[in-house]
Amino acid sequence: MNKFADFIARNQYSHMIILAVLLLVILPLSMDIFRLNLVGKYLTYAFVALGLVLCWGYGGILSLGQGVFFGLGGYCMAMFLKLEASSPENTAIQSTPGIPDFMDWNQLTELPWFWEPFHSFGFTLFAVIAVPAVFAFIIAVAMFKRRVGGVYFAIITQAVAAILTILIIGQQGYTGGVNGITDLRTLHGWDIRTDEAKYILYYINALLLFICLFVAAFVIKSKLGRLLVAMRESEERVRFSGYDVSGFKIFIFCLAAAISAIGGAMFTLQVGFMSPTFVGIVPSIEMVIFCALGGRLSILGAVYGTLLVNWAKTSFSESFPELWLFAMGALFIGVVMAFPNGLAGIYQRYIEPLLLKLSKKDDSPSAPTPAAKDASSDKADNNEETLTSEERKHA
Amino acid sequence: MLESTKSIPAKDFVLSVEGLTVSFDGFKAVNDLSLYVEEQEIRVIIGPNGAGKTTVLDLICGRTKATEGSIKFKGKELTKLNEHQIVHAGVGRKFQNPSIYEDLTVFENLELSFPRGRNVWGALFFRRDKEVVDKVKEIADMIFLGDKLDTSADLLSHGQKQWLEIGMLLIQDPELLMLDEPVAGMSVSERKQTADLLHRITKDRSVLVIEHDMQFVADIADRVTVLHQGKVLSEGSMDRVQSDPKVVEVYLGH
Amino acid sequence: MFAEYSASELTSIFAMQGFAGLILFSVFVLMALGLAIIFGQMGVINMAHGEFMILGAYVTYIISNLFADYLPVIYDSYFFVAMIVAFFVTAALGAFVEWAMIRHLYRRPLDTLLATWGLSLILQQLYRSVFGAREVGVTLPDWLMGSYPVTDLVEVPVNGLFVMGLTIVITVGVALMMQKSRLGKQTRAVVQNRPMAAAVGINTEKVDRMTFALGCGIAGIAGSAFTMIGSTGPTSGQLYIVDTFLVVVFGGASSLLGTVASAFTISQAQSTMEFFLSGSMAKVLTLLFVVGILMLRPQGLFTLKVRH
Repeated sequence: MNKFADFIARNQYSHMIILAVLLLVILPLSMDIFRLNLVGKYLTYAFVALGLVLCWGYGGILSLGQGVFFGLGGYCMAMFLKLEASSPENTAIQSTPGIPDFMDWNQLTELPWFWEPFHSFGFTLFAVIAVPAVFAFIIAVAMFKRRVGGVYFAIITQAVAAILTILIIGQQGYTGGVNGITDLRTLHGWDIRTDEAKYILYYINALLLFICLFVAAFVIKSKLGRLLVAMRESEERVRFSGYDVSGFKIFIFCLAAAISAIGGAMFTLQVGFMSPTFVGIVPSIEMVIFCALGGRLSILGAVYGTLLVNWAKTSFSESFPELWLFAMGALFIGVVMAFPNGLAGIYQRYIEPLLLKLSKKDDSPSAPTPAAKDASSDKADNNEETLTSEERKHA
Repeated sequence: MLESTKSIPAKDFVLSVEGLTVSFDGFKAVNDLSLYVEEQEIRVIIGPNGAGKTTVLDLICGRTKATEGSIKFKGKELTKLNEHQIVHAGVGRKFQNPSIYEDLTVFENLELSFPRGRNVWGALFFRRDKEVVDKVKEIADMIFLGDKLDTSADLLSHGQKQWLEIGMLLIQDPELLMLDEPVAGMSVSERKQTADLLHRITKDRSVLVIEHDMQFVADIADRVTVLHQGKVLSEGSMDRVQSDPKVVEVYLGH
Repeated sequence: MFAEYSASELTSIFAMQGFAGLILFSVFVLMALGLAIIFGQMGVINMAHGEFMILGAYVTYIISNLFADYLPVIYDSYFFVAMIVAFFVTAALGAFVEWAMIRHLYRRPLDTLLATWGLSLILQQLYRSVFGAREVGVTLPDWLMGSYPVTDLVEVPVNGLFVMGLTIVITVGVALMMQKSRLGKQTRAVVQNRPMAAAVGINTEKVDRMTFALGCGIAGIAGSAFTMIGSTGPTSGQLYIVDTFLVVVFGGASSLLGTVASAFTISQAQSTMEFFLSGSMAKVLTLLFVVGILMLRPQGLFTLKVRH
């Protein structure tokens, strides 16, 4: 037991390893494929939460429109799958065979130009990342070059989410409208609806999530990560140290968008459809709470937070659907007011010292003392304060 | 007041500010101001509250955009550049309140100011190599913080924070150093140390200082510029300025 | 797209759509006024503002039912009672929310945004539990029914006229209050310099609470007026919140005149385009237009240049 506590508290990769064991071994062994597929779906939201840790937790940029990037990534993938599902043989009964069914219902007689490139899987993979990243880049350049941040940025991203949702719903013939792009079947002839495919997709998804986690960890540990923290504290000082502050914000926002988009594409593959319900304001804000519950400064917290909220949502809506909104609302208020650093903050403050105490009995003098750890988590709290005083200035 | 302009050829000016005006909703905080700083000169700007001293520094370093006029630094027009471009051109600015990263250690504060890896990719792949460590140590010794490298900056005394901020500028090796009240809140001995420090670091650069402490001003200034209501009231050596009847009137008249 | 209409028809269309836009404008202004006070003066983002408005609407609904059941004789005047009650009920809830939640988050505006979003979810579910998921409407008194014909083609509904009149009265009232009243002056003093305001004896905490309550109360009145022109459901408020925030930001957060001007621009643009395009495209274009302008001019339409 003590050895285990020692491992968790002292080994810098221990938390990553535990998560890997949980996602790659324990959950697949303990669940049927239906439940595991559900976990896989939740994990696609964890990509968005991870992006929010980077851009909100570290960069101080709260985006209330991350669903936009999740959705764009998902739609790119869905367009490819839909085209494959709409081969002339499959759609022979339509008045125009060879185009997606919803286009036919909306009296379209040929494939719109922007659908054409999605015949190619290579292009689709590229577009999954590039379309959301370019979109994020345009927003970020326009806003951050003019030093718009804080609540203004949050409102603008929210408006963008609203615009895109209305557009997708309104342009039924091109987007599938409110139902989204449904009835996706195969990927290069490989049926993605079988149990076997679902297992494989679950593992691909988990693998991609770990790659993104490593990228995020690398960014946070780099000088760029320290600069982001420094920017939250004193943007002006960073600027007068010769850094183009907007460049860093643009980068981190685009990175967050790209990571979210990977989640969106994996969602489409695992769940078999994509619809505007994942693009709008409500899902976008919900994804913020995944990140906030896990701890806005903790990349692993983002994963746990996402899993926990969604697990709660599923169990609540099975037994007390009317209570779910109350619980969700209370969660927003509670996390913000009582635990601004989320689960990760609680872990750092209470559990880690406990583990260290346990392992101390085992005796290993060279390791960092609990006091030092505690100080670092306190510091994270202070960060919060300075971060927000900065924001107040923006407002 | 323009004697210096006549006696010294223009190419020797590191900084020439001409006809600088900035207006905030009609209020001219700086009004048609001209100022010339020579190489390796320590220039002190003094003046009553609201004279526009800090605004002048803000304008030079790009924090505030000028309404009219030009600021030339080594022949380069600064009014069109962004803050970070002005820093890259070689202008460093210390703020009135110490502005350092309280959450980071002294070492990290200096490291972040080290002029390498300033763009996104550079920062992402920045490595703490020997060059960085050596330079940080050298600067830390210079600002009397050599033994405090691992101290978190929020634990420093007020005076030490001021030095740290000066150090963060020095590590960038700027050709023009602008200091807004560098000795405010310092003890007498710290003031003396700071004056020594300034004398040492100005060997290879020009310095523009805003200061209220007249003893300190007399101690460091090569020349003094007196601002009043956004304009230059008087300029010259400390003695000359102190005996200028216009200056006496402004200071005593208040 | 104009080709298929004759000149007189076009004039009428513009007039009718313009009037429809004016009603939208009234809703925007009434909602945005409260938001502008809370956001502009206090820097607080209240995502539950729409739910405060809906609370006012539900209060109006209850009171209209009470009048219909117990005081049918004076049913015609229920609205004025309802409006006043709606104001005080929402203001009281606002004061409570400020005390319980907002005051702990003044230094963390982004967190306020999330916490008030949580509040909005709770209120929505509360409305759904109490009033049901279906939309409810009030029976308009006779004097608000019908319409007033201007020309053969243009008819102006009386309830719309009434709401517009109400909007003007409330807007002028709020503007006067912010300029002249003690609370207004104190609020502005606290915004400009909190320590100084406290030093001269202003109870800044109380001013914060009153300001927040006032903003919410105005939302309540907006809700009252909203029942005149539409029906009320648990999520009706959420439909307007993003639009209203854009109105406030577009107008330049601290300027009431800006808020009114931007509400006018946005509502007219949307309403006029709605006739020629589909409703969703009109909305998309309007929002795009606003976001585009905000990207070029993030400080909004009306702001002062200040020394920092």
